[in-house]
Amino acid sequence: MKIRYKGIKRVYIGLIFIFMYAPIALLIIQSFNKSKSRGRWGGFTFEWYGSLFTDASIIEAFTNTILLALLSSVISVILGTMACICISKMKKKARNIMMGITNIPMLNADIVTGVSFMLLFLTLRIQFGFGTILLAHITFNIPYVILSVMPSYRDLNPHIYEAALDLGASPVYAFIKTVLPEIMPAILSGGLMAFTMSIDDFIITHFTAGAGVHTLSTKIYSEVKLGIKPEMYALSAMIFITVLILLILVNRVQGSARKEDA
Amino acid sequence: MKNELIHLNHISKSYGGKAVLDDLDLVIHENEFVTLLGPSGCGKTTTLRILAGFETPDNGSVIFEGKDITNLPPNKRQLNTVFQNYALFTHMDVASNIAFGLKIKKKDKSYIEDKIHYALKLVGLEGFERRSVRNLSGGQQQRVAIARAIVNEPRVLLLDEPLGALDLKLRQDMQYELIRMKNELSITFIYVTHDQQEALTMSDTIVVMNQGYIQQMGTPESIYNEPENAFVADFIGDSNLFPGIFIKDELVTIDDVPFPCTDTGFGTNRPVDIVIRPEDVKLVKKGEGTVSGVVTDVIFKGVHYEMCVDVKGREWVAHSTRPRQVDEEVDINVHPYNIQVMNKPESEDEEAVRENG
Repeated sequence: MKIRYKGIKRVYIGLIFIFMYAPIALLIIQSFNKSKSRGRWGGFTFEWYGSLFTDASIIEAFTNTILLALLSSVISVILGTMACICISKMKKKARNIMMGITNIPMLNADIVTGVSFMLLFLTLRIQFGFGTILLAHITFNIPYVILSVMPSYRDLNPHIYEAALDLGASPVYAFIKTVLPEIMPAILSGGLMAFTMSIDDFIITHFTAGAGVHTLSTKIYSEVKLGIKPEMYALSAMIFITVLILLILVNRVQGSARKEDA
Repeated sequence: MKNELIHLNHISKSYGGKAVLDDLDLVIHENEFVTLLGPSGCGKTTTLRILAGFETPDNGSVIFEGKDITNLPPNKRQLNTVFQNYALFTHMDVASNIAFGLKIKKKDKSYIEDKIHYALKLVGLEGFERRSVRNLSGGQQQRVAIARAIVNEPRVLLLDEPLGALDLKLRQDMQYELIRMKNELSITFIYVTHDQQEALTMSDTIVVMNQGYIQQMGTPESIYNEPENAFVADFIGDSNLFPGIFIKDELVTIDDVPFPCTDTGFGTNRPVDIVIRPEDVKLVKKGEGTVSGVVTDVIFKGVHYEMCVDVKGREWVAHSTRPRQVDEEVDINVHPYNIQVMNKPESEDEEAVRENG
């Protein structure tokens, strides 16, 4: 009886995993399918991956994606960390309001955020292009950084900074030497989160990119509209694997930060 | 006494309209062990933070060796602080923690090594250089915090309830350690605590504070034996605190019973507060004392017995090494010298009596 019950649990969990990951597994399998016809297995190949790296427009989109992710995560980490310091110095009521405000963009539908950005840039007559995507990515990344850094900063013993001042450190030196190392795990995990979000994003990028500027996600979208090329399976599979690795990293960083606290 | 080192010149400070310090004036001398003693919220920690430079007073000034340092930032002051929760840098080892201040002052490597060695020896943690501060016990962390402060050779060491988190035995050991360190370093210690026993044990001078005012300042003996008001008497040690009438010089009445005393100059027939320490309440055979009562309670306290005696409906507490029986009838005697007469507080604001009443 007991064994059968356990078996049912396993089957149930297996089913859930199949539902969740079957489409992605299929995508990854197809990316290695030699046959151009999707309905038939024509043998194993790296051909589509190979041809990805010879397509100049895809390489450009790849460069854009990585550059955007790097710049937006670094800038949002700096802005987000500064915001945390200021918000935590506020009185309780103001602090709660600020935290509410920073949480809203995360819950807001991407399509609404994207359209609002487009409207804003149009109104301000800002030329669409790499710059506008970057601005948008920085903006939607900051809340993730705050979400990650805030608890760590609030847990910090405030006297550590004062102790450094007391021992003769200038405010900047004291911050770099005492506060920063303590909140570094949280900053790293917030930055990785932002990096992932930036790579992952399609909708907001779609609305804030001008003509001719592509990231991988918008590139895939525009290619798919014209008819699916097998290279796109390879590209999607790569994005999936990249994001997966990043998420594992985020978890690792957070996990080790928690272990140190214990 | 010695040279004047610090003068807190009529300091006031309030947070959100609530006064924490009100016109506090305090002089601290070189090589003095001063304890700021009072209940939580009395302003003692704020006073320390103003000294360290973490807070600026709303009014008044901080004078250090004749120079006004009120607006000098903490990193420019010749004072170092030992924080209540130690505030060690947890991502550094013991040696790096101690070297922190010296590295900022750009001291050379061999000097820093020597200093670390000396400081660890002073606090009794030799060989701990490479240990992580995370794995130290509370008492050891406390010692590292002290070592980190004293290597900078401060003129004044500020200690904010440094023993608060330690257990009783360790706390008593550390009290002796602190006195020893103070004597070895010959610098001024300013110590904040709410523990009256700690204050009495270690200090040259005790400053009793409440509600932002200095209630009394003096040697441990004078604070204990001659409290100036009811707050001090109640806060320091156990005491019998009674309302009484100052009939004339050297005579008071408690519940209409006359007691000779040694105080003079409180007027005639004036209501006063009277404090008698429990160890000064002598229980004698019925008929041999000033006033009679009945023992209502006997508690064993280790060194002595604590006994409650009902005298005309008022409870007197007496300490004695000789226990009495409950319901035993006894008489009470008090030596005139042990009756301490104090002015009643002037205002409704009972506790907040100004220093000079």
